[in-house]
Amino acid sequence: MTSEEPVIQLVGVKKVYGKGDALVYALAGVDLTIRAGEFVAIMGASGSGKSTSMNIIGCLDVPSAGSYRFRGAKVEEMTADERAMLRRLHIGFVFQGFNLLPRTTAIENVELPLVYRRVPTAERQRRAIEALETVGLGDRLHHVPSELSGGQQQRVAIARALASAPALLLADEPTGNLDSRRSAEIMQLLVQLNQERGITIVMVTHEPDMAAFASRCVHFKDGLIIGDGVPAEVFGPPSSSAGGAA
Amino acid sequence: MIWAILAMALRQIRRNAVRSFLTMLGIMIGVGAVIALVTLGEGATSKVKSDISKLGDNLLIVSPGADRRGPEVSVATPFTAADLEAIREEVAGVRLAAPTVQKGALVVAGNLNWRTSITGTTNEYLEVRGYEVERGRSFTEQEVTAGQPLCVIGTTVEKQLFPGGEALGQYVRVDRIGCEIIGVLASKGQSSMGQDQDDLVLVPLRMAQRRLIGNTDIGTIYVTVDAAEDTAQTKTDIEDLLRQRRRIQPDAEDDFRVRDLQEIASAMSSATGALTSLLGAIAAVSLLVGGIGIMNIMLVNVTERTREIGTRLAIGALAREVLLQFLVEAIVLSTTGGVIGVALGLGGSYAGTRALGMPFVIQPGIVLVAFGFSAMIGVVFGYLPARKAANLNPIEALRHE
Ligand SMILES: Nc1ncnc2c1ncn2[C@@H]1O[C@H](COP(=O)(O)OP(=O)(O)OP(=O)(O)O)[C@@H](O)[C@H]1O
Ligand SMILES: [Mg+2]
Repeated sequence: MTSEEPVIQLVGVKKVYGKGDALVYALAGVDLTIRAGEFVAIMGASGSGKSTSMNIIGCLDVPSAGSYRFRGAKVEEMTADERAMLRRLHIGFVFQGFNLLPRTTAIENVELPLVYRRVPTAERQRRAIEALETVGLGDRLHHVPSELSGGQQQRVAIARALASAPALLLADEPTGNLDSRRSAEIMQLLVQLNQERGITIVMVTHEPDMAAFASRCVHFKDGLIIGDGVPAEVFGPPSSSAGGAA
Repeated sequence: MIWAILAMALRQIRRNAVRSFLTMLGIMIGVGAVIALVTLGEGATSKVKSDISKLGDNLLIVSPGADRRGPEVSVATPFTAADLEAIREEVAGVRLAAPTVQKGALVVAGNLNWRTSITGTTNEYLEVRGYEVERGRSFTEQEVTAGQPLCVIGTTVEKQLFPGGEALGQYVRVDRIGCEIIGVLASKGQSSMGQDQDDLVLVPLRMAQRRLIGNTDIGTIYVTVDAAEDTAQTKTDIEDLLRQRRRIQPDAEDDFRVRDLQEIASAMSSATGALTSLLGAIAAVSLLVGGIGIMNIMLVNVTERTREIGTRLAIGALAREVLLQFLVEAIVLSTTGGVIGVALGLGGSYAGTRALGMPFVIQPGIVLVAFGFSAMIGVVFGYLPARKAANLNPIEALRHE
């Protein structure tokens, strides 16, 4: 898989927040290349820059310095609208807090990205149902989020990310609010999507158990990457620094 | 895309039905008030015009006093019998001239009484003002010159003093003078100014002068002009005659006034027109308040739905699509309010014009203006909240609690 062209290429990426004394380097110079078909877990202590790098990878934010190429295109040179189009066409997001629209049925939530892609109504519904069936919620189409369990809500969120058939799926702590059984279900779903559909997945997690489902694990500390390899290597020996991430 | 956005806006509005309704209420009331007031005003104006044209355009009202408005003036030097005679004899084109004197008085019949306006006049008055005797008769020439204590009454007076009974031939006392009722006038209903035209008592001129007022002065003189003659010319002739008779210096102003119906009509319609625009302005202010209400609710909406906006932006909504979505929501709210307001306004003014006996004239112009205005209010007052939504940073919006 690693022989594929890079989907994501970060070179010397820095992200600075604040000014003067309050200056914070959320990312202090990150080089990261992710190829099509990879399933990457990003780990690291709180405040180490995981979410910041996800925001940049997801084209929600731009680096303060350095360069980010998404499928070869320079993201930092794009306008906000161009980045929005990139997200619309190629990227699916799964957020930690689900971020489903309240009082909106599962199918309507899943249809949302397709609305912005101007997919005709009938086709939109067909694909939304298909996506919900993929995540095992074919029988919950017309439930609103408050009628769904946390795991079900997260699966709706995944279905929403899937519905537009993205090349890249970004998940920031997708199991953060779920118990371990639900978490494992979600992870199996992600692995399945990665393997069966070849979707590139980048996922932030605190838990080594979850990271173990990935094919590659990147370890952040203080805005820098301090470890990168197969999960077993990154936190293989119990004494290594990576063990503290949990 | 616009349909998808419209559908989203409608869904959102339906989801918050009560709040949406309350938000629309301001616009509804504003538009409803504009429509109702303008329609009522138009009805009043057109009633005034039709009433006046019914009276004919050959009536001149000659009254003492130099006032510019108002039907009656009493303080100025009155006319004399000689003035009346001169108008009758010397002005070409005068067909009839009916002298009047007026006095408010209590009319008593048995143990009932009624305060009304007593008009001392001649039979010409009936013809000039378009009254007809329904029962009984009018005065004879001899009765008028002798000033006999007789009277002709309107139906309102009859109803008040003789409920359920026949007034004809009965006696009433007007300022303690017993008068026999020799005629009852056919009802004319309300005038365009809202006056009851049946609330009157007519007595012979000489009797009113001598026994009710105590002099031989004449107040207002009602003149009809021969159909063949030019009303404007007759009017000028009367003015010239009266200036001469009243010895008014060439540079002095008239101390009397000759009005024709055109003048009265335009005075009245400018009065109702002024009233209409005043009420319209008040209603427009309430529209403005409605607009501010919409802006307020939309701002609350944007804050409440910050995470939703963040989600939309994250999954690829363009800033202008988010702007459009919130703008469309505001416009749907304001135009829905506008449509309901138009319906309420038309319904209300229909009821109002029926109740006041006025014609119901729908002005398509004002309906369109009110509707367009409410849509515009949605755009104007929805823009700020919508721009606020569109300018949100997706990352911060997603993190918003
Ligand atoms: N909008 C911001 N303004 C100022 N500082 C910020 C902002 N966002 C992030 N930071 C800072 O950047 C650093 C990295 O934050 P980031 O959210 O990427 O951490 P994280 O690795 O995702 O942590 P966690 O596991 O707690 O989610 C932190 O020190 C944080 O305080
Ligand atoms: Mg984070």
